[in-house]
Amino acid sequence: MQLSLLLAAPLGWLVLAYIGSLVVLFIAAFWRLDTFTAEIVHDYGFQNFRTLWESDVYRAITQRTVGIAAAVTVTDALLAFPIAFYMAKVAGPRARGLLVVAILMPLWSSYLVKVYAWRIILQEDGALNWSLGPLGLPGPGFGNVATWLVFSYLWLPFMILPLYAGLERIPNSMLEASGDLGGRTWMTFRRVIFPLALPALVAGSIFTFSLTLGDYITPQLVSSTQFIGNVVYANVGVANNLPFAAAFATVPVAIMIVYLLLARRAGAFESL
Amino acid sequence: MTISPLVKLGLRIATGVTLAFIYIPLAIIILYAFNTRRTLTWPIPGLTFKWFERALDNPGVRDALWMSLKAGLGATAVALLLGTLASIAVSRYRFFGRETVSFLVVLPIALPGIVTGMALNATFRTVLEPFGIGLGLFTIIVGHATFCIVVVYNNVIARLRRTSRSLEEASMDLGADTWQTFRYVTFPALRSALFAGALLAFALSFDEVIVTTFTAGADQTLPIWILANLSRPNQLPIVNVVAVLVILLSAIPVYFAQRLSRDTSGIAAPATAAAGARQ
Repeated sequence: MQLSLLLAAPLGWLVLAYIGSLVVLFIAAFWRLDTFTAEIVHDYGFQNFRTLWESDVYRAITQRTVGIAAAVTVTDALLAFPIAFYMAKVAGPRARGLLVVAILMPLWSSYLVKVYAWRIILQEDGALNWSLGPLGLPGPGFGNVATWLVFSYLWLPFMILPLYAGLERIPNSMLEASGDLGGRTWMTFRRVIFPLALPALVAGSIFTFSLTLGDYITPQLVSSTQFIGNVVYANVGVANNLPFAAAFATVPVAIMIVYLLLARRAGAFESL
Repeated sequence: MTISPLVKLGLRIATGVTLAFIYIPLAIIILYAFNTRRTLTWPIPGLTFKWFERALDNPGVRDALWMSLKAGLGATAVALLLGTLASIAVSRYRFFGRETVSFLVVLPIALPGIVTGMALNATFRTVLEPFGIGLGLFTIIVGHATFCIVVVYNNVIARLRRTSRSLEEASMDLGADTWQTFRYVTFPALRSALFAGALLAFALSFDEVIVTTFTAGADQTLPIWILANLSRPNQLPIVNVVAVLVILLSAIPVYFAQRLSRDTSGIAAPATAAAGARQ
């Protein structure tokens, strides 16, 4: 009795407002837009998915989105490892606390402002070209490299924190044992630290990968290329083709479901 | 393995470089807010406060700030209520589908923001518009609350797991009714966790963009105002000031939430779980 009182409001809200909306959206993916009347026609079929599959443009966009998401994930893993290891195993308790705050604050601070900051830095007469100029190097400008760089920047804290937590859980005695048995730094890293940290690494990669897959504002602000999200957004807004937008939106969701299943097998969920 | 001094030095340098990478762009945007020149050419020639006055006098900025505050407070209030109820149910009762509740709560931020936004947008337009409720403050609050619940939920449930049930049982044994037990025993134990959750929910709502673009209609929150004005070169000095304002108003709550919940796991976990809401 009491339980149902407690649960009624939150479950009612989430199931009615949210799950209901999602289900309708998923059903809408099987509707179609009448191109003459611009009305949504409720006859069911796979036509939207067929368009997605057969069109070279949409396939290229999907490949670009997934490719950059993968590149961002690898970049963040490489960048996060040294700082996470330093926090977990080298820094004293006080420095560690400060570092956690130093990583948490930018994680929570405005997404849009960070993208905007990079837009200013990357532009023609911005800070990056200015500082690379004396070295004779050109900056990346706006484009795929810029999207990769900005995404790597945005999601880095989401990789550092789970990795730090995972590395902290490795007992120091394991590292000592490896050393006593003759393991040098590289050997210990490869045979002891890396395998033990892998679930945490996969946990972090869930964020870096999925956040990149669903984004549309960063590509819009620092490149002229399209991600899945840009096509979806354009179809909801300008083209008013909700069925096609809904169909394309199922692609990142499906990729994430597969990714999550693989991540669960790697034991990543205990590290979340 | 003892970590050799050379490796330690390397790690220290890498840590410094990574921190610089994280903070330099934020520092640059803050510097631009004080830029004396109208254009965004680097390096900036000098520093001035004049854009702050202009920004605070700008009616668009004031309206958007006011809208953001109302939306943030509304969403936080709803999230506090629903998140607390759900966390008490999950931590204090055993029932069929208990695991599903945690899953349901996380879902709105685990899915890409564009999916959440689209789904809510379609529903609002078909369900609410016939009742004469258009997109605006109300729908922004509904959207934000949906993904803010998880922050309160995670903070409160972490606290409930650490506080012993025996205190509540003792209170009931001594004759207190359910409400009195909540009022005098459970609530005081939860107070700081609730406050931390509320601060984070507010921070989350305050700079959300994607779901908001689908639920705001013609109304503008501060991030939506920034997005709309990025393409207007005239407005950029004011955009820079607003950007700094948004950094401050989301960083301050996070700082206090961090101090309140003490142990970092309580906040780092929901922080990472809250990932999706950023995008």
